[in-house]
Amino acid sequence: MIEFKNVGLVYPNGTEGLKNINVTINDGEFVVIVGLSGAGKSTFIRSINRLVTPTSGSLLVDNQDILKYRSSNLRKLRTKTGMVFQSYNLVKRSNVLKNVLAGRLGHTGTLRSIFNAYKKEDIGLAYESLKRVNIEEKIYNRADELSGGQQQRVSIARVLTQQPKYILADEPVASLDPPTSHQVMTYLKKINKEDNITTIVNLHFIDMAMEYADRIIGMRAGEVVFDGPVSEVTESTFEEIYGRSIREDDLRGGADES
Amino acid sequence: MTTDNNSLTPEKVPPIYPVKTKMQVTIIFFVVLGIYLLSMFWTQRQMAGGFSGAIGNMFTVIEKFFPPNTAVISAIWGPMVETIQMAIIATTIAAILTVPLAILAAENITTFRPLYILTRTFLNILRTIPDLVLAVIFVGLFGIGLFPGILALVIFSLGILAKLISETIESVDMNPLEAMRASGGNVFQVIWYALIPQVLPQFTSLVLYVFEINIRASVVLGLVGAGGIGLILNQQLGFYNYPNAMMIIILIFIVVIVIEYISTKIREALL
Repeated sequence: MIEFKNVGLVYPNGTEGLKNINVTINDGEFVVIVGLSGAGKSTFIRSINRLVTPTSGSLLVDNQDILKYRSSNLRKLRTKTGMVFQSYNLVKRSNVLKNVLAGRLGHTGTLRSIFNAYKKEDIGLAYESLKRVNIEEKIYNRADELSGGQQQRVSIARVLTQQPKYILADEPVASLDPPTSHQVMTYLKKINKEDNITTIVNLHFIDMAMEYADRIIGMRAGEVVFDGPVSEVTESTFEEIYGRSIREDDLRGGADES
Repeated sequence: MTTDNNSLTPEKVPPIYPVKTKMQVTIIFFVVLGIYLLSMFWTQRQMAGGFSGAIGNMFTVIEKFFPPNTAVISAIWGPMVETIQMAIIATTIAAILTVPLAILAAENITTFRPLYILTRTFLNILRTIPDLVLAVIFVGLFGIGLFPGILALVIFSLGILAKLISETIESVDMNPLEAMRASGGNVFQVIWYALIPQVLPQFTSLVLYVFEINIRASVVLGLVGAGGIGLILNQQLGFYNYPNAMMIIILIFIVVIVIEYISTKIREALL
């Protein structure tokens, strides 16, 4: 369970990233956060694994305030929260298997990982994860030889290998075309249901949010302006979140093709 | 009313560069030109014989040096190999020592600023000492031989390597590093998994480049007593044995060209 209690974040340059956020995310939920760019979606998601540190309030993950965490606690927190990025963030010159095994870093000792001496189970797990996103035939390809969609699937396999309790996905489909976007979202949703991993996804496409989310949180200017199950959401909700009328480019489209 | 022949620009068009910038650049140009002219004038005055004297001397020198004495090849081959070994050992040690230094001198990895500034300053000081001065000091400390030469080369190449590699590190893609951190990797794992693969080709290429420099530098260091072929060359010149010296020079020339050719080919294949 993730609980934001009066969380605020002011960046060193004075920008307010988050303003008095109060949100509780229950185990197993698939939450989509929507909002325009600059609304604080990324800051929200990155606070949960402390890639950024909120400056006020308290943030509880499994009933522990993570804002007080220092190095070794932080490593444990990050080991149980996997992350998927907009730009995939793979090591381009390393092969797919090595990239996926990087998901085990938090579980593996420094020496063992430096000498590539992973446990047999870990390598098995990495291969299993690649199979689950149907990319096991690319196991020895270099990451930069893959297409965008394939790279994002590898990064999902990396997160799976991590065996996290939470998955955070920061605009995972923003760099992909519509059919590939749906494929990636389908994998994320499937993992959420099958492994019961709480998943929080940042999106700015309205139709995708509606299609995959259990619950939608709307953000504007660092504040939560909507929070409710997807059944309560209508077009006017989005207009409220975005502060303007809905346009063509707020939709990803292509739902029928995949 | 100056638009008689150009009706497309009815009003005054803005200049491509602001007038102020233009003025500054012009002034800088003339100052630099002035410095060039002045230094040319002064160096000409220092040169006693001028160019005409140099051409006359050249024939005398060539006459003394030729023909090279091919008989000494077997005798000088040993010191030549010593020189190469010196460069290999020095480059290897420097390549190992440079890793921590380069990482500490990279602003994006060493976020603790005082440590970064300290390492940078240390490397800057290292680079300001010429290799010849280092060799003279070490020969004074440890006596004539290979060891002071190796030490001088290590310090000299460490300065260059750490600087160039830290700059390579500063230009890497930081996203994979963030991903490794997000999956729970500690500092060493993040560096090993996300940073090293990104800089490894450039690292190897730069090490080979410094190896080339070291081969040439180790010859020069020999002149001040730091062992190897340079030492022999200096002795032969001291004995006025110019045919022998010429043979040594030719051998050095060939070895340097061969090593540079191989190293360039390897570096091309890497990048």
